[in-house]
Amino acid sequence: MSTTPQLTEPRPPIAKKRGTSLDRKHARFGWVFLAPFAIIFLVFLVLPLAYAFWMSLHTNTLAGGEQFSGLANYVRAFNDERFLSGMVRVAGFAIIFVPIQIGLALIFALILDDVRTRFSRFTRLLIFVPYAIPGVIGALMWGFLCSPSFGPLVTLFELINAQAPDLLSRDSIFWSLTNIVTWQWTGYYMIIIYASLQSIDPSIYEAARIDGATKLQTALHIKVPIVASSLVLTIVFSLIGTLQFFTEPQVLSPLAGNAIDAAYTPNLYAYNLAFSYQQFNYASAISFALGLLVFLTSIVFLIATRKKSGLR
Amino acid sequence: MIKKKALLAAGVTTALAVALVGCSAGNGGGGGGGGNNAGASKTNCANDIKVKDVPVVTYWGWLPDTAMTVDNFNETNDDVQICWSNAGQGGDQYTKLSTSLQSKSGAPDIVQIEYDWLNSFLIQGGLVDMTEHGIEDYKDNFTEGAWRDVSSGDGVYAVPVDLGPVGMWYRADIFEENGIAIPTTWDEYAAAAEQLDAATGGAVKIGNFAPNGQGQHYAFLDQAGAVPFEFDNGKQTEITINHNDDASKQVFEYWIDLVERGLVGTDQAWTPEFSTGLGGGKYATAIYPVWYNAHIPDFEDPEAGAVWRAAPIPQWDTANPVQVNWGGSTLAVTTQASDAALATKVAAELYNTEERQKLGVEEGGLFLAMPEMIESDYFKDLEYEFFGNQKFNGEFFVQAALDYEGVQFSPFTQYYYDEMQRLLSESIEGNSTASEAMDALQKSLETYATEQGFTLN
Repeated sequence: MSTTPQLTEPRPPIAKKRGTSLDRKHARFGWVFLAPFAIIFLVFLVLPLAYAFWMSLHTNTLAGGEQFSGLANYVRAFNDERFLSGMVRVAGFAIIFVPIQIGLALIFALILDDVRTRFSRFTRLLIFVPYAIPGVIGALMWGFLCSPSFGPLVTLFELINAQAPDLLSRDSIFWSLTNIVTWQWTGYYMIIIYASLQSIDPSIYEAARIDGATKLQTALHIKVPIVASSLVLTIVFSLIGTLQFFTEPQVLSPLAGNAIDAAYTPNLYAYNLAFSYQQFNYASAISFALGLLVFLTSIVFLIATRKKSGLR
Repeated sequence: MIKKKALLAAGVTTALAVALVGCSAGNGGGGGGGGNNAGASKTNCANDIKVKDVPVVTYWGWLPDTAMTVDNFNETNDDVQICWSNAGQGGDQYTKLSTSLQSKSGAPDIVQIEYDWLNSFLIQGGLVDMTEHGIEDYKDNFTEGAWRDVSSGDGVYAVPVDLGPVGMWYRADIFEENGIAIPTTWDEYAAAAEQLDAATGGAVKIGNFAPNGQGQHYAFLDQAGAVPFEFDNGKQTEITINHNDDASKQVFEYWIDLVERGLVGTDQAWTPEFSTGLGGGKYATAIYPVWYNAHIPDFEDPEAGAVWRAAPIPQWDTANPVQVNWGGSTLAVTTQASDAALATKVAAELYNTEERQKLGVEEGGLFLAMPEMIESDYFKDLEYEFFGNQKFNGEFFVQAALDYEGVQFSPFTQYYYDEMQRLLSESIEGNSTASEAMDALQKSLETYATEQGFTLN
């Protein structure tokens, strides 16, 4: 395959022959080095996916047993009100989450990139720490903070003799979840953007300063365009994460059972279908349908931003 | 250099996070206690096998006495041994069991299942019909209601362990302070709720109507004479669903009315919200089974001077009192058992000696489904210190358990419970009437049953 050794002149026939055998040897060694990963990749990713896809083409009812049903599960999925309303909900989350998370992450990264004191290093760690807390534990912690009977908000409102708002009710759960996810992920996206800011050649800033650019102008017209590819990357991460929203609603559902039902997000719905309702086949179809929508959304976004991202 | 430090810091925090995740995953039992040894391998027991080289039966269970009961069984039996492990409590274990049944391996021989979940595993083809292995010989050891709960059609699919006859736990001090009589009917209960509300300015509510209190709601339905599901495992493709009849509507109209008038709370059950409410004097009663006596002292601050007592459950019609059950467990044999006959025998005999029954009562806090034990003077005379040495077993719970006639449960409990909670939540929030919720529930259950290949009778 590879022809990289000869960049300058065409290879003489004999060299080509030798090169091919060398290439073959390289290729063999390549496979040896690749094997540990390839085996794990096949056994734990490709095979389960293939099996799940095969399952999604069958139907197994409680009373009827299993039979091949082709794409019937997919037709059902895209007509399933609960799946579609879950999709609409996560789309709503994406519209809110992604700009807030990435916006905050960018602002923090720009500030931390500019201010270099001991305090800024501490702040950077502080913003990053929520990401290091496991999602389940973070969600549990926020569940208690939002609790309508003994959260800190209740104590505060008692001081002024008022009724604290129920942060886990049907009306406010959306914003409580937004809060948790923003808290959890902003630091992570900030680190990605920050790392990319750090790799910019400082002489560019010097040139800008000499040309009389203000700090704000440097940030907006030099830094942001240069880190655009990282921004696109973080937005894609954030988008995929949001569409697959699962952990936080799953952990909060016992505390906010009225507000979070079994089909609150498509991923939660797939989980409950499989492990609560024993509909493994339909759950596989839901998962693939979700996967397809996530894939399409990401592709559309990447195409729309391919100039900025430098990806082709 | 700075980057290196930051990386190090990030690395350390990540390691810490991984460690934390590890811990939390290990405690998945949710208060189940004991290790979380999933998978039913015979080398992975939570207990020691006392006699070597005899058949071993694997068992998943989470009762508090299980460790001691199993040890006793193994010490007193030299032809068979039990290998016990705790695969989580309730839903956690059911998820594992479902997955094991789906993947056709990994299920234990004997598994603890609560009554209301038996049909859900039956329909998955997961449980052995014990009548093929001589379970009928043990029938007289158990109360009639419990036996009916483990039967479906002509088959018997589990061995009853304990029951949860429902009573009313109440704050005697609150009732006395406000000069309110202890209600014996639901009409009196609603009247007492009003009096209590007026006397305390709304600070104390008579009780709680939990949106996720499905076990309780099913007992309420049974008491009012509703029969939401008729399902016979002998005719697996047929089901009768009747969830919007007058009896069903009557029950929830009663409770939703109390909710609308602000006379009962709507905390989710099994949450700190409810526990602190019950412990903190927000609620004057809790309509809960006998096993709740073990929970109430945990919620209550001993310094607060609360006086808890138990009374029989209020009735719709005192001339025809109906006793109901909520909770309790059974031992079922899975279709993956290597020797189903032996497993059936072990399940039937795990609690059949006085010594082990007493372990169940004293260590497990079990209200056993065995008349021999619960009708004994020992059991009837048990005094409960936290409840002013009240002998509530002998006073009424034993009779309630004997009078309980049994019910039929849904073959898709999880779906049913989720839908009931979802639709009752709508009513609690005032978006629908109780009657509309029952109609919607009926429709949802019928649609689901049809989708799942059942024929509606």
